[in-house]
Amino acid sequence: MSMYKEITFNGLWKQNPAAVQLLGLCPTLAVTTSAVNGISLGLATALVMSAANGAISPVRKFVPNEIRVPVFILVIAALVTVIDLSINAFAHPLHKVLGIFIPLIVVNCIVLARVESFAAKNESVPSLLDGFMMGLGLTLVLGLLGGIRELVGKGTLLSGLDLAFGPAAKQFVLTVIPDYHGFLLAILPPGAFLGLGAIIALRNWIEIRNAEKSSTSSHQAEPAMSH
Amino acid sequence: MSESIIKHALKTAATLIVFAFVGTAMLAYIFDITRAPIEASERAARLALFKQILPESAYNNALLNETVDIAPNELLGNRLPTVANIAKLDGQLSGVILEAVTHDGYSGDIKLLIAINADGTVSGVRVLTHKETPGLGDYIDIAHGNWIKLFDGESLSKTPAKQWQVKKDGGQFDYMVGATITPRAVVKAVFKALQFFEQNKEVLSASSTKAQTQKD
Repeated sequence: MSMYKEITFNGLWKQNPAAVQLLGLCPTLAVTTSAVNGISLGLATALVMSAANGAISPVRKFVPNEIRVPVFILVIAALVTVIDLSINAFAHPLHKVLGIFIPLIVVNCIVLARVESFAAKNESVPSLLDGFMMGLGLTLVLGLLGGIRELVGKGTLLSGLDLAFGPAAKQFVLTVIPDYHGFLLAILPPGAFLGLGAIIALRNWIEIRNAEKSSTSSHQAEPAMSH
Repeated sequence: MSESIIKHALKTAATLIVFAFVGTAMLAYIFDITRAPIEASERAARLALFKQILPESAYNNALLNETVDIAPNELLGNRLPTVANIAKLDGQLSGVILEAVTHDGYSGDIKLLIAINADGTVSGVRVLTHKETPGLGDYIDIAHGNWIKLFDGESLSKTPAKQWQVKKDGGQFDYMVGATITPRAVVKAVFKALQFFEQNKEVLSASSTKAQTQKD
């Protein structure tokens, strides 16, 4: 049970793919121009990562060490294509939003990294969970980054939601700063780097503060015990 | 020793082949079962786009099936052969939908879908794809503004050639300060598409009937 907890904690915080491992930055930086875009790409990646980890873990013992990378890439590319085609055929409106991102996932090295470092060594269920949690951790960062860029750049949140859920969802688009003239830098690629830098800094700050807190509290505990 | 190396290599190769074979078989199967739904939804999406620029009352033929092949030419800017969709009302040419590409945008090509009525007036224009600067040049896209509707009802006879420019260049088309290159490119592309229509009117109406007889 604690193993699943650890996998979850690793994916979401400790080993967060976008904020700690810094893997697969190309789609991360390119796609996060709005919160909806970021979350969509994150969820699609989570789906692919769960499927890739879940598919490779059961066959890992049949794959000789020398050819493991070509086999993994083959499986990932096949899975991404299957998911791309299926979404296009059976959930076409969703494909309009996600369509351009899904093929990008093949080249996202975080997928291969998790297959190589986790699924190739662990049982199916933990592997599946690891893929999903890593993907969810990525989604959190992408959603946050997209939200920040959208808010600073356009003054709205959740614009483009109507593309995913139909015109009715247009009322959920929040205009946070009315009459905002926009701050183009946030939408352009440099804004992605600045935003991601800020997120990493924030995460590190929280981590350091927690570490300091726990060390000072243990220092205080010692004299209390000696008394 | 060397025999065991060969044996190992063969086993490894066989494993890779099995994975490649299973992967290919899976892809072939999925491609086969998804092809029809994907085609149907793409056609539906295209028809929905056509409806935005050409009112449904303007035609009663199968717009998607009635096409004319168009070779690469300078006026439409296409580098590859493309097709024009022909709209007909009771067998009479009522309009065409042309795809035009302009290479004069600020960054990359801008692809346009232009519907022209039989009398040479613009029925509607939409931007299909563009890579213009978000927040600056992207107002040509209907998702970011109504600028593109300026072309509705325009024609070569209504607006003299000299006026087919943005206001900055002495023409009649509005633009937004800070992004002149993008609208300039679009205005020029629509102007050239109208010229293409005038020059090829006969071909467009003539070969459409040929296409129809082929289909029947």
